Amino acid sequence: MNVIEASELGKRYGSTWALRECTLAIPDGHVAALVGPNGAGKTTLLNLAVSLTDPTVGSVAVLGGLPAGSPAALDGIAFVAQDAPLYKNLSVADMLHLTRNLNRHFDQGYAETRLEELDIPLSRRAGKLSGGQQAQLALTLALARRPRLLVLDEPMAMLDPLARHDFMARVMTAMAEDGVSVVLSSHVLAELERVADYLILVSRGRVQVAADVDDLLAHHCVVTGPAAEAERFRGRPGVVHAGYDRGRAHVLVKTNGSTNPLGPGWETRPVSLEELALGYLRDPVAAALPGPTRGPNDESSEVTR
Amino acid sequence: MTALTLPARMKQNTRVGSVPWRRMAWVTWRQHRVSLAGVAAFLSMVAMYVWIAGLQLHRAYAAATTCNPSSPACADLVTSFNNMNHVLIGGYVLQIVPALVGAFVGAPVLARELETGTFRYAWTQAFGRWRWTLAKLTALGVIVTAAAGAISLLFSWYYEPYLATGNQSLSVSDASPLAPGLFDLRGVSFAAWTLMAFSIGVLAGVLIRRVVPAIVATLAAYTGLVLAAGNLLRQHYLAPLLTTTLSGAGSANGPGSAFVLSQWFTRGGRFAFYNWRDAPRSLIQACASPPTGGGKSAPVSLYQCFVQHGYTQLTRYQPASRFWPFQWIEGGWLLALSILLIAITVWLVRRRVA
Repeated sequence: MNVIEASELGKRYGSTWALRECTLAIPDGHVAALVGPNGAGKTTLLNLAVSLTDPTVGSVAVLGGLPAGSPAALDGIAFVAQDAPLYKNLSVADMLHLTRNLNRHFDQGYAETRLEELDIPLSRRAGKLSGGQQAQLALTLALARRPRLLVLDEPMAMLDPLARHDFMARVMTAMAEDGVSVVLSSHVLAELERVADYLILVSRGRVQVAADVDDLLAHHCVVTGPAAEAERFRGRPGVVHAGYDRGRAHVLVKTNGSTNPLGPGWETRPVSLEELALGYLRDPVAAALPGPTRGPNDESSEVTR
Repeated sequence: MTALTLPARMKQNTRVGSVPWRRMAWVTWRQHRVSLAGVAAFLSMVAMYVWIAGLQLHRAYAAATTCNPSSPACADLVTSFNNMNHVLIGGYVLQIVPALVGAFVGAPVLARELETGTFRYAWTQAFGRWRWTLAKLTALGVIVTAAAGAISLLFSWYYEPYLATGNQSLSVSDASPLAPGLFDLRGVSFAAWTLMAFSIGVLAGVLIRRVVPAIVATLAAYTGLVLAAGNLLRQHYLAPLLTTTLSGAGSANGPGSAFVLSQWFTRGGRFAFYNWRDAPRSLIQACASPPTGGGKSAPVSLYQCFVQHGYTQLTRYQPASRFWPFQWIEGGWLLALSILLIAITVWLVRRRVA
């Protein structure tokens, strides 16, 4: 089953395409990370999946073919939006009660136990909680709905490193214990390395990469060699990005089983997920997707790390 | 690389039971109890003021109508009642009550969600966003309309002395029940205007998406609509009655008529003029010299002279007895328009968001 399936999906705001020609299928049972620079279209894609916005073209289905926004889809997906919006003037207990009233399933016992572990008092107003506590409360409300899919939009943006760790630990526990599939967006690459096992790279409104992390790492490598000789890699098929560091060229290469003979002075090493993501994002026309690929592009996009 | 070719399979909505509507009762109450309490406090203050002023008014009226008309003390009582006339002006002030209730309850309902981003929470719960919107707007709309209906009963009681039969003998300035300020506060129209302001508010909220500008827009739109309805629309609810009784020759068209317009026509049925100042100079000279020796323009005798010269005065008016038909007409279109605006709001929420 695919938790999110998009077909030729596009969303235009005015004359700007926030997302276009997006075709992808995210299988269940994964923590899928949606990665890209700010403004790349991550939030748009997630909003389309939870039906907060309607597609301009194409279609999106969730949880094995349910139309996004249908009652069954709303019932099965819990969404935590960016900055974890909560009613600031309501108490934590009221937020629980509110969420229970708005959903068919709500595990009150689970929510209360979790909040107690987190030292979040039920009587406190949501607006008085720290950023980390608000994010944890929003996550607790989402998980207490017992969703099949948890969608998190930039969940770590307002958290300090410790809170990030706690937050992701909670997500991973839910994943392991309840089999919840997770799709989360982030521009914090380093945080994702530990948790994500499915990667979707979005840049300038287009999906560049959508694949299992293990597959990606197995089919990419970095070749390093003298910087002076790096030019010969430009535009070659399979070359994602060439970068330079201390006189050495580091070229991210997609390996399709074929082995190109390397000249003297060149060596191959495995690639890290962060390195791979950065390589693609710096070269927005490179894609680990079927479809037309244009010539090399020198522009690079900034990635917040 | 996993399957990127998508089989075009979109299953039909797998049926799941929806979350019961009644769950929204608690949600609506919990989220809006502060603003509803504010409305209750505000309306209580207004009611208190009207109640106290109304008791004085009714006491004065009772004293003035039951005393012996020939006694000098009675003349004083009548004067003191007539001096309370200025509270009629309160009618215009009270017209802003629906606007305030509607704007401060209606506009924030959706604008606050959109402004603070909490709609991303509310509209992704299983309840579903258009049902959420419809349930909230219906509940709040009914509550503010009922509250307004209750307070307009108090206004009706307050204005009774001015509209009671026989107040002409007290020579109170003629208060037509159809006049703006009086018409809007009594019957069903006060409640209907409150619902109207509320509906304008929710629609402004979803369009403007920010609380304060939505409130301002609501007050502006409401004011424009009230003025347009009172000055342009209301007089056309029913075809006016016509009379040839001379205006000024007593009140043959009944006390409390509104939208009175007198016009003179020639024998041939062509429109001639509105009042004697516009009359042809020859006609005035013909009439001014012989019959009325008084010198002062005594319109009645002048008008009778006009009639003798073959002119006819037609007066069109809406009688006070049409108060209730007018109330139902106004209440009806306000209700229909309010429902339309709320339907548009729900449709907008369903259609275009984020």
